[in-house]
Amino acid sequence: MLNIKKLHKSYPIGDSSLHVLKGIDLSVDSGEMVAIMGSSGSGKSTLLNIIGMLDEADEGEYILDGVPIKNLTEKKAAIYRNKFLGFIFQSFNLINYKNALDNVALPLYYQGMKRQERQELALFHLGKVGLEPWAHHLPNELSGGQKQRVAIARALAANPKLLLADEPTGALDTKTSYEIMEFIQQLNDEGKTILIVTHEEDIAQMCKRIVRLKDGLIMEDEKVEQVRASQYV
Amino acid sequence: MFDRDLWREIFQSINMNRTRSVLSGFTVAFAILLFTILFGIANGLNNTFAEAFADDANNSIFIQSGTTTKANKGYQAGRQIQFKNKDYDYIKEEYGDDVQFITSRIYLNVNASFRNEKNSYSVRAVHPDHQFLENTKIKEGRYINQLDLDNKSKVVVIGRLVEEDLFLKTTALGKYLSLNGLQYKIVGIFTDDGGDNEERLIYMPVSTAQRVYGNNDYVDQINLTYNPNMNYNKAIAFSNTLTKDLKDRFDVASSDQRAIRVRNLANESKTVNQMTFGLGVIIIVIGFGTLIAGIVGVSNIMIFIVKERTKEIGIRKALGASPKSIISIILMESVLITAIAGYVGLLIGMGVLEFVGPSLEKYFIKDPSVSITLVIGATITLIIAGGIAGYLPAKKASKIKPIVALRDD
Repeated sequence: MLNIKKLHKSYPIGDSSLHVLKGIDLSVDSGEMVAIMGSSGSGKSTLLNIIGMLDEADEGEYILDGVPIKNLTEKKAAIYRNKFLGFIFQSFNLINYKNALDNVALPLYYQGMKRQERQELALFHLGKVGLEPWAHHLPNELSGGQKQRVAIARALAANPKLLLADEPTGALDTKTSYEIMEFIQQLNDEGKTILIVTHEEDIAQMCKRIVRLKDGLIMEDEKVEQVRASQYV
Repeated sequence: MFDRDLWREIFQSINMNRTRSVLSGFTVAFAILLFTILFGIANGLNNTFAEAFADDANNSIFIQSGTTTKANKGYQAGRQIQFKNKDYDYIKEEYGDDVQFITSRIYLNVNASFRNEKNSYSVRAVHPDHQFLENTKIKEGRYINQLDLDNKSKVVVIGRLVEEDLFLKTTALGKYLSLNGLQYKIVGIFTDDGGDNEERLIYMPVSTAQRVYGNNDYVDQINLTYNPNMNYNKAIAFSNTLTKDLKDRFDVASSDQRAIRVRNLANESKTVNQMTFGLGVIIIVIGFGTLIAGIVGVSNIMIFIVKERTKEIGIRKALGASPKSIISIILMESVLITAIAGYVGLLIGMGVLEFVGPSLEKYFIKDPSVSITLVIGATITLIIAGGIAGYLPAKKASKIKPIVALRDD
């Protein structure tokens, strides 16, 4: 599904540059649920952004579903993002003037789907996260957990091969966090490949594999016994 | 461009961000409003000028005589100079093509009556060319013609107000009007833009007046227009030569200012034309100034909008929006707002001119109005400027990495 070799990334800071990723090798198979852990500054978000094609690597090889991701034009990157990837952000990143339904339907709009069709599909995905009654509410009328569920529905709408979550529970309380994790686990059970960046140990333990980063290198990469979130809910 | 979904996106964005839309629209509407009003006022001033000089042909030269103030060639000062028909013929023959229209004028005052209605009027006895010199407009019938002159016919052309005064509601054409007891046939009724006094005049053939009121060949004044192909300097040179020739002809000292007076409207119309030109320049400066202010306003707003929407752009890009779709959504929105706001500004501006216009006449602003083409042109300029001003930041926004945009809180 995902193959990364010798990935490097630096950011310019004034005259010098900060070497964030110093040669990452990572391979993720279909159906895996991987937590990427590390303290802040370890490069975990940078890695996720590169995987998500939101950012570009300086060096190294990145193959996603057999397609080498390199020197993409903006247009091509847009098409790949739309086709391959679903994003879940810590700060939800919903468009605040669009209601839940329209937010979910947005990736489908960029796929060129007809309005009627995408509204139906968006409603179906909202139903899956249990927010069908809230379809016509604006984001600021929803709670944090609800917003994140709308964001998940949006990430799922385009039926991506890979789901990327950047601190998906970072802005939520423990109870809501577990509810969201329970939902993400269900998606994984259904066969979605999921990558989660987190610095919370309990969230990481709910994945099937934990990759620990430190100073831009992978320190540890272990399969773990998945803790089901449902037992806390 | 006619993608319904794109328009739906744009309308949603406008509708849900009303404050932003209204504020940016306001700038444009205000610029167009100012543009319309200022242009309208300037046009109104121009109209006033145009009207003030509409009465007479502005290439007119008036030649009048008086008494000499200086002794010359054996003649004493205080001699009366009298123009006669032969002077009219002399000018006409001597200057040929330099003269466009020429007429003599004799002034008379008469008591006119028709049945029981009486009034006194000024009469001008003239040549047929007088019609063009005075911009007289024939309402009914005809003007004095050469045949009238040759036959010394007792015919008159009366002003609209003379007809109103004496003939009440009936038509005067073809009827006989009594002037100091003599019957004249009315062959025409005229109107004149020069005001009421000009329409209370009676014209008759110069030869008729000479026979009936003195049996001589005197004329009071000779009016002419010079060839309109002459420029101002040539026209002034022409009237100088004319003055000199006439002074020689009547043995008047060249420094005598009273005996023969030649008034050339070219002098005045040069001033007027310079004024009109000056106004034109002011109009253009005002127009450009307002437009530039509007363009700067639109550009600022576009930069602000793109800045404000950076995060949204990041989200859209993360969800698979192509750079092209980002640019088009931002541009179309701004073009739409600019167009609608420009139209609103235009309507308000025209409304204000229409409403306030009539009360401005006492400030020398007459019929302040603008041509719709001009204002639409201005609006389109603003739209294009807004488009260009918006395109650059939109293009830049479409290029920022989504991660940078998403980090931007």
